[in-house]
Amino acid sequence: MTATLEDDVLPPEPTAVELGLDSAEKPRSMFRRGWEVFAENRLALVSLIFLVVFCLFCYLGPVFYHGDAFVSNLDAVDLPPGAGHPLGTDPNGEDVLAQFMHGGQISVNVGVLSGLISAVIGTLYGAVAGYLGGWVDALMMRAMDAMLSIPLIFLLIYLGMVYGHSTTLMVLVIGFTGWFSITRLIRGEAMSIKVRDYVAAARMMGGRGPRVIWKHILPNSIGTTVVNTTFSIAGAIFYLSTLSFIGLGLQAPNVDLGAILNTGTEYVDQGYWWLIYPAAVAIILVILAFNVIGDALRDAFETRLQKR
Amino acid sequence: MTAYLIRRSLQALVTVFLVTIFAFLLLHLLPGGAVRGLAGPKATPLQVKLLAHEMGLDQPLPVQYIKWLGNVLQGDFGYDYTNSQSVGSEIAGTLGQSAYIVGLSLVLAIVISIPVGLLQAVRRNTFLDHTMTVVSFVLWGVPTFLIAFLLQDLFEDQLRWIAPNNEIASFHDAFSSPASILLPVATLTLTTFASYSRYVRSAVLDELTQEYVRTAIAKGASRRRMLYGHVLRNAMIPMITLIGLSLPTLVGGAVIIENVFNIDGIGMLTTSAALQNNFGVTLAATLIAGALTVIGSLIADLSYAALDPRVRLD
Repeated sequence: MTATLEDDVLPPEPTAVELGLDSAEKPRSMFRRGWEVFAENRLALVSLIFLVVFCLFCYLGPVFYHGDAFVSNLDAVDLPPGAGHPLGTDPNGEDVLAQFMHGGQISVNVGVLSGLISAVIGTLYGAVAGYLGGWVDALMMRAMDAMLSIPLIFLLIYLGMVYGHSTTLMVLVIGFTGWFSITRLIRGEAMSIKVRDYVAAARMMGGRGPRVIWKHILPNSIGTTVVNTTFSIAGAIFYLSTLSFIGLGLQAPNVDLGAILNTGTEYVDQGYWWLIYPAAVAIILVILAFNVIGDALRDAFETRLQKR
Repeated sequence: MTAYLIRRSLQALVTVFLVTIFAFLLLHLLPGGAVRGLAGPKATPLQVKLLAHEMGLDQPLPVQYIKWLGNVLQGDFGYDYTNSQSVGSEIAGTLGQSAYIVGLSLVLAIVISIPVGLLQAVRRNTFLDHTMTVVSFVLWGVPTFLIAFLLQDLFEDQLRWIAPNNEIASFHDAFSSPASILLPVATLTLTTFASYSRYVRSAVLDELTQEYVRTAIAKGASRRRMLYGHVLRNAMIPMITLIGLSLPTLVGGAVIIENVFNIDGIGMLTTSAALQNNFGVTLAATLIAGALTVIGSLIADLSYAALDPRVRLD
């Protein structure tokens, strides 16, 4: 940490040995520096470890644990957690732990894919609008305002009703409706980057719009993109579970954690807590973890900017 | 102010216009074409043809759009063949209770978040501040449906303080039985409070570092006067923008709580229509929710401009 600060502040430049670095080591990249700041945030590290463990559990769990997630066994319905069924069974006699692992996979898959789609669309849209400026920018932003002013859940309910019967289309629907907040930020960055001297130089040498956007604006706003991809993944998991909870999400057997919870809440009066709380706690923790990581990444990238 | 009012209103008008274009495009995304989708699976070919003609959907796209827009502007969203009712009157019957619950939650969230955020900023980095930061971060991150469900489970099923399943079918129901809207309003208030108090805290902290604070203290203003007379007033003005921006989320939250707590509002109508593949009602509700949100943001921006002269001169 101190080494990084001195690195930037002290003239003349200290040698690598003075800094306690191996002389063969390359100058640290912005990701490396960002990681150093990120790793100091204990909560973010815990969140990262939690997400890794959660993903290992959901993806590798089924390799070691063979419960029947989708095969009903009417001799073993509504069993509380116990031997043979660590998280009990549901009213169809299906194993809740196996469903949970599968649901976790679906939530993470849809969340990450939709989040990435949102990030790509939002970044490109914002970069193009910010770079072009003028009436094109005004039009693009007004169009975005219009989409933004429709409460997202209405849009998702509508699109989910029309396209929601397959996981792929659901990924696209959530991805194509979640890019607005990224766009605003990237547009702001593009507007500040395009007036810098190096962009003027690139244009003087014949670099046209697409090249400036691709080679200068996008690389220079990568921090914002990474941070907001994390938030949009959290948002995608949030909205998928919300849709599933009100019964408009994915169709069985591709159920996510929200859909498991939806089934569970129908039996809340019977006290079948194992149908509800594991999924509820998992949704809360996964979304919070992505948000904590996003906050920490933002600190990491902003500190890097301040240190320049 | 007049110039700003006109400019901002025109902007809102353009936004609403774009919302309608967007909704029109959504209409044409329907499988089997717009009319088939609107008429529902049970409609006879004759009904489909009549509906197409009535809504002008048998003409070229631009003409269709203008006719459709003309109908929509007159409050005519077509006829709901599933429930044998006009879509417009169906939606009109749900707006009262939804607006009441959303409005009440909004007011409560503002009233609670200002003192809490102010207290956090003044006592920053104390135990109280850290606790409230964690609480609002969690409330902000947890999906609304989970907060709603957990509150319902705790107060209706476990503690049995509130009788469950009080259906709220009208504005009168919502207004006359405060007990039945206690939990829905609490849910929306909690999620909204979370983002507002985070904002108030950081806005007050920002204002505290401004030079006018030092001037006020130098002039002998008491701490109380400095805080309430200067800092809080300045910190509150941009909050109006935040309220405008949070309207879509708030209205979206209403969809969730209406489902969990069995309230026949616009959100419940949208959800049940979607479950019946009733495209017309869902689309009209989406359009109306969008237009109302634009109007809400417009009101927020105009009051911002009325309170802060700098905005008008931009």
